[in-house]
Amino acid sequence: MNDILRPIKSVGIVGYGAYVPRYRIKASEISRVWRGEQDGNHLPIKQKSVPGPDEDTITMSIEAGKNALKRAAINPKKIRALWIGSESHPYAVKPSGTVVAQALDIFPANTSGDMEFACKAGTEAMQAALGYVGSGMAQYAMAVGMDTAQGRPGDALEYTAAAGGAAFIIGPASEALAELEGAFSYVTDTPDFFRRNYEKYPQHGNRFTGDPAYFHHIRAAVQTLMEGLNLKPSNFKYISFHQPNSKFPRKMAEELGFTKEQYTTGLLSPLIGNVYAGSSILGFTATLDAAQPGDRILLASFGSGAGSDAFSFVVTERLLQAKAKAPSTRWYIQRETVVDYTTYARWRGKIRK
Amino acid sequence: MDIPRYWRLKDQRYRLQGTVCEDCGHYSFPPRLVCPNCKSKRQKPFAFSGKGTVFSFTTIYQTIERYQDQVPYLVALIDLEEGVRITAQLTDVDSDEVEIGMPVEMVVRKFYADGDNGPIFYGYKFRPIATGS
Ligand SMILES: [Zn+2]
Repeated sequence: MNDILRPIKSVGIVGYGAYVPRYRIKASEISRVWRGEQDGNHLPIKQKSVPGPDEDTITMSIEAGKNALKRAAINPKKIRALWIGSESHPYAVKPSGTVVAQALDIFPANTSGDMEFACKAGTEAMQAALGYVGSGMAQYAMAVGMDTAQGRPGDALEYTAAAGGAAFIIGPASEALAELEGAFSYVTDTPDFFRRNYEKYPQHGNRFTGDPAYFHHIRAAVQTLMEGLNLKPSNFKYISFHQPNSKFPRKMAEELGFTKEQYTTGLLSPLIGNVYAGSSILGFTATLDAAQPGDRILLASFGSGAGSDAFSFVVTERLLQAKAKAPSTRWYIQRETVVDYTTYARWRGKIRK
Repeated sequence: MDIPRYWRLKDQRYRLQGTVCEDCGHYSFPPRLVCPNCKSKRQKPFAFSGKGTVFSFTTIYQTIERYQDQVPYLVALIDLEEGVRITAQLTDVDSDEVEIGMPVEMVVRKFYADGDNGPIFYGYKFRPIATGS
């Protein structure tokens, strides 16, 4: 149907870094507060990550960016773009990337506008970075997807809206830990989830969020990419899809012909929730941590509004040296300090003095 | 903290940028115009590694207004590996987990936000080293 996306120059990921805050709240604790005895067995996840009281998308992007720089081992001044995708930028006007670039010593010869596309803002930043480097405009570019997502207290979203994400340094394929084979982006006007200006919490279209939104867009992006690259599900060692809960990514993977062995490594939502713009890419970092040279990895995001970006990467020998230079994604997942609803409500500004 | 001062201090606050003396090699944080060791004026910017150990620490319950929302919080004297002692908040750690001599690393965190419509101020804090695998 459509040509897949491929830059003129061969490019890939030269560094990647994950970040998840240390705090967790159990889904059963949220349920206890809002639903009493009526929780039952249908909680969408086990627990979700909660940012500390001094964390936000800017500080967390610095953490992930530092990890990506450790793995890439390049001079940060050579990074000519820093794009952060998020639906929780701390400022409405003042790019998160300005602070992050200063802190990571990337400044001042860089571009740095914020990206916004609900849960696919992070892969949107990756697409831009792949194009920026792939055109020869820049040697390196950094793309981050990071969120400290909020749901209205008591709303279904509150169980899953979580914090975390990942950063990627895109560079020449000759230096890559994972080389890009191709990508495809698929976007339609689908109002499944949105937040108006000056509103603190988003709205969602309930049952409308499944088939016409999540499943339709990921299916279209992944199938077109696989056709364009002449690949089938069995050609991939790992996959990571957007993870709004535990169920959707499993259902999508199985419908497209992927197996549990392919999707389990990157499926983090049961333990940390939906980290929005960081979701699919954080799962992707977990697959990179596990991957061996020659492995092919499929990454597909979903952003409400709606759209999906799908990418195919092939791991190189260089990944083996780079992995241990920064904390693994599993380490962040396993590092957990559980807080109660009161602490969570105070930290997240749900109660104020 | 006013905006001009915050703007001036950003490299100190975000990257622990101090100075090193080009004559005697003495490290300073915050940065100095004159070396406290040899009085040389040849001071070069130097970004500290951010690695250090806890020399001592305490829990703050009473504080100035802008930090009221954060109490109780931990403040420590940190010995940086370059041999400079600084004061900073500890983060990502509970008071019963902190020990004197504990290795820590610098992270950038939110200091405070100036009300609902003012700037957000960021800077260094320290936390237990993220070991990682
Ligand atoms: Zn001196």
